[in-house]
Amino acid sequence: MEFGFTTAAYVVAAVLFILSLGGLSGQESAKRAVWYGIVGMALAVAATLIGPGSGLWLLSLLLIAAGGSIGYVVAQRVQMTEMPQLVAAMHSLVGLAAVFVGFNAHFELGNVLAMDDTARATLDGFAALLAKKNAVEINILRVELFLGIFIGAITFTGSVIAYGKLAGKVTSAATKLPGGHALNAAAAALSLLCLIWYFNTGGFFPLLLMTLAALFIGYHLIMGIGGADMPVVVSMLNSYSGWAAAAIGFSLGNDLLIVVGALVGSSGAILSYIMCKAMNRHFVSVILGGFGGASGPAMEVEGEQVAIEADGVAQALNDADSVIIIPGYGMAVAQAQQSVSELVRKLRAAGKNVRFAIHPVAGRLPGHMNVLLAEAKVPYDIVMEMDEINDDFPDTDVAIVIGSNDIVNPAAQEDPNSPIAGMPVLECWKAKQVFVSKRGQGTGYSGIENPLFFKDNTRMFYGDAKASLDKLLPMID
Amino acid sequence: MKIGTPKEIFDGECRVAMTPESATALQKLGHECAIETGAGLKAGFSDAAYEAAGVEVVKTAAALYKVADIVAKVRPPSETEVKRLRKSQTLISFFYPGSNEALMAQAADKGATVIAMDMVPRISRAQKMDALSSMANIAGYRAVIEAGNNFGRFFTGQVTAAGKVPPAKVLVIGAGVAGLAAIGTATSLGAITYAFDVRPEVAEQIESMGAEFVFLEFDDSELPDGAATGGYAPPSSPEFQAKQLEKFREIAPDIDIVISTALIPNRPAPVLWTKDMVESMKPGSVIVDLAAERGGNCELTVMDEKIVTENGVTIIGYTDFPSRMAAQSSTLYATNVRHMMADLTPEKDGAINHDMDDDVIRGATVTHDNAVTFPPPPPKVQAIAAKPKEKPKELTPEERKAQEVAEFKAQTKQQVTLLAVGAAVLLGVGLVAPASFMQHFIVFVLAVFVGFQVIWNVSHSLHTPLMAVTNAISSIIILGALMQIGSGSFLVILLAALSIFMAGINIFGGFLVTRRMLAMFQKS
Repeated sequence: MEFGFTTAAYVVAAVLFILSLGGLSGQESAKRAVWYGIVGMALAVAATLIGPGSGLWLLSLLLIAAGGSIGYVVAQRVQMTEMPQLVAAMHSLVGLAAVFVGFNAHFELGNVLAMDDTARATLDGFAALLAKKNAVEINILRVELFLGIFIGAITFTGSVIAYGKLAGKVTSAATKLPGGHALNAAAAALSLLCLIWYFNTGGFFPLLLMTLAALFIGYHLIMGIGGADMPVVVSMLNSYSGWAAAAIGFSLGNDLLIVVGALVGSSGAILSYIMCKAMNRHFVSVILGGFGGASGPAMEVEGEQVAIEADGVAQALNDADSVIIIPGYGMAVAQAQQSVSELVRKLRAAGKNVRFAIHPVAGRLPGHMNVLLAEAKVPYDIVMEMDEINDDFPDTDVAIVIGSNDIVNPAAQEDPNSPIAGMPVLECWKAKQVFVSKRGQGTGYSGIENPLFFKDNTRMFYGDAKASLDKLLPMID
Repeated sequence: MKIGTPKEIFDGECRVAMTPESATALQKLGHECAIETGAGLKAGFSDAAYEAAGVEVVKTAAALYKVADIVAKVRPPSETEVKRLRKSQTLISFFYPGSNEALMAQAADKGATVIAMDMVPRISRAQKMDALSSMANIAGYRAVIEAGNNFGRFFTGQVTAAGKVPPAKVLVIGAGVAGLAAIGTATSLGAITYAFDVRPEVAEQIESMGAEFVFLEFDDSELPDGAATGGYAPPSSPEFQAKQLEKFREIAPDIDIVISTALIPNRPAPVLWTKDMVESMKPGSVIVDLAAERGGNCELTVMDEKIVTENGVTIIGYTDFPSRMAAQSSTLYATNVRHMMADLTPEKDGAINHDMDDDVIRGATVTHDNAVTFPPPPPKVQAIAAKPKEKPKELTPEERKAQEVAEFKAQTKQQVTLLAVGAAVLLGVGLVAPASFMQHFIVFVLAVFVGFQVIWNVSHSLHTPLMAVTNAISSIIILGALMQIGSGSFLVILLAALSIFMAGINIFGGFLVTRRMLAMFQKS
């Protein structure tokens, strides 16, 4: 009876989760979708507590409440610009939880196997489930929980490193230990050996060894990926945390875990695919880190970067009829989204056609820019995707590039030897005039020279994005 | 080097190739300047002004040719002037080498270098010395002013206490530099302006100047590509011309002012405004024919004269529009010459470096080192970027249908293959795995499938909320911990408790952050 109720609750929860993801297809339905997710989660937890959950439910509730209050505080306090870090940090929690649950499953398995038949009959909860398994099923179980721990451990260290990189606590450049991918391969091979070992003996030691190897892989893999590829990394880790949950679900025989893990896993995989496509790179080459070797010398960039002051920009903006703003990570760093929003409000009040062009990989998280602009109360119907707006640049009077670099690099189209050749870019140089707000003359995360800055119709508006925009604002009428 | 400018000897020519301002700039390049007395008078520059700018004033033309190493003037030289040239002297002026071959040969015999300002290639780098464009700009402006002078009405429409005035309707034929300048002037005076050009790609430029493009129904593929001929309109086919005339005939009675600028270099002007069109126009209408020098776009145009037809249409065939605004055109032309000199003296040390490898200098030089160097080889840099791509061909309905069917088939094939492979894998797993595993595995596969179907529809801008939500629901791992916490040893309880705690952070944090983000999205 109890279990019938749990299963029913799980089905409802699974449907709610699917609706919750599906609802994200539009801004308005998304607001409803979150509630589906929350209700689904509450239902799942409650059903588990009542059903297969095995006692100690007071402790469980206390822990959830304690964790929940921390989560609540963090969620309220976090700056929207820190979103990538937060997401990465939370992934690491899921990864670690998966590792712990996997260990537990192992210990339980050991306990159950050590008992005699009479003792087994008295078991309940998860242990009872284990007790019913035959030899083949136990072997499968071992593989499953092994996989769960493996993926969970990679997710854990990987997310911690990703968090560090995004928060600026670890250098964002791609760094590798001597030995590079050979080390990763060795660790993977070691894990495989451990799997065989564990499969045959069921001892804890190979499991622990594998966990250490996986932790190392997670650390080293993400260390070797540069800052510009972070959107892919974050969504990939998202995917991993899902697969880890699914693997644990298999070993616990819990269908809801499997369903949700699979949903999360496939969602992360698709996001990674979309990001890679937006950068015209293969998933493997992103994961293996660094750019592939260029096939020839990069095109020489001719001309010089011409600087301009705020009054020049203001004049051009006052004269313009149509303006497109291209935000990038630099806007997030400088916390300039409010100033950008204010600029847009003023320009729109003057009857100008102002729109935003968002490249799929702008920022450090998929959709990062949209969230920042939304925070600054920029209406979402003037925020366009690359494909929607790229053809409009030739008819645009002024394009303003705020803190983006590679995503507006014409070398992607013009220079077949460029490391980013073939990557779809925003063709802002086709606008009549381009202003680039940038801190200095340095290159972007990918370290590639950007010919846009040297074009005849480009003017460089040097300085911190927020400071520059604040200087500009009073001059717009 | 000494740069000298003589008085223009062509009758009625008021321009001068050097202004006090340009002389100052030339001196900065290390050159000295000389001018024939009274040369700038008609353009409004007195000898005193030149002297004040440090220019030596020379009494006669002969003396000037003697002292100057470089002679800069406006009009092509006359035979006498060419005779005055000496070896290694440089002449900068308009030359029209295509129709002045005898003079060119004569100058080459003399050993003089001639730089023709009208031969400057039309590339971006050379725009600053493109004297044809500066002159055409003035001509276009002046043509409208001249038309207004002879037109008995306002340009702009007005409703006054004394009655309603309709706006003038202006047709500009040929949207080159002069045409565009005319459009700009006419629209700013308030006229309703129409413009026509055989190059459909200039429609955008016409509209940007505020005129309406006179659209001609014609098959696109037969139209020549202007980019291949250095930006000039290529000669058009007889069918096209017939169509064009038909259109003009249709609109002629409505048009008050016609400004025709259709010219192709070194060809007679095409006749675009025939006698019957003139006859169908209202009395008081004005035609300004900027192509008069080459026969005129209008059949009735008389070169250098203003005539009035029997039905009261004024036809202006002046050829000296720039000269009629001598101060302005001299300033611009002198600046063009100065830029040419700047390119010739790259070191700014007053020494000429006649670099025949330079596209611009090579293109403009028509005689050098006793040889005629006209026509120049095509410039290395393409004048105008060639059309990027052919537009995808319009498919016929049958072709489109066939294509759709093919696409559909390919898609079906792909899906069936995927399904078959997937089914085979499932079967293979099913053969070895026990039933309890298969049960979960089926659930897993279905969930992945649903996930893929659902996530593709997620809007691009909501990717960050998507990540936050998936992050929150991936803490479903809490279920595992909840199932384990009650059973077993202390270690299990500890680990499970930790997991529950961490998942708890994640659930609340993830959902709340998502809500915060989504609440921010708003419509304008």
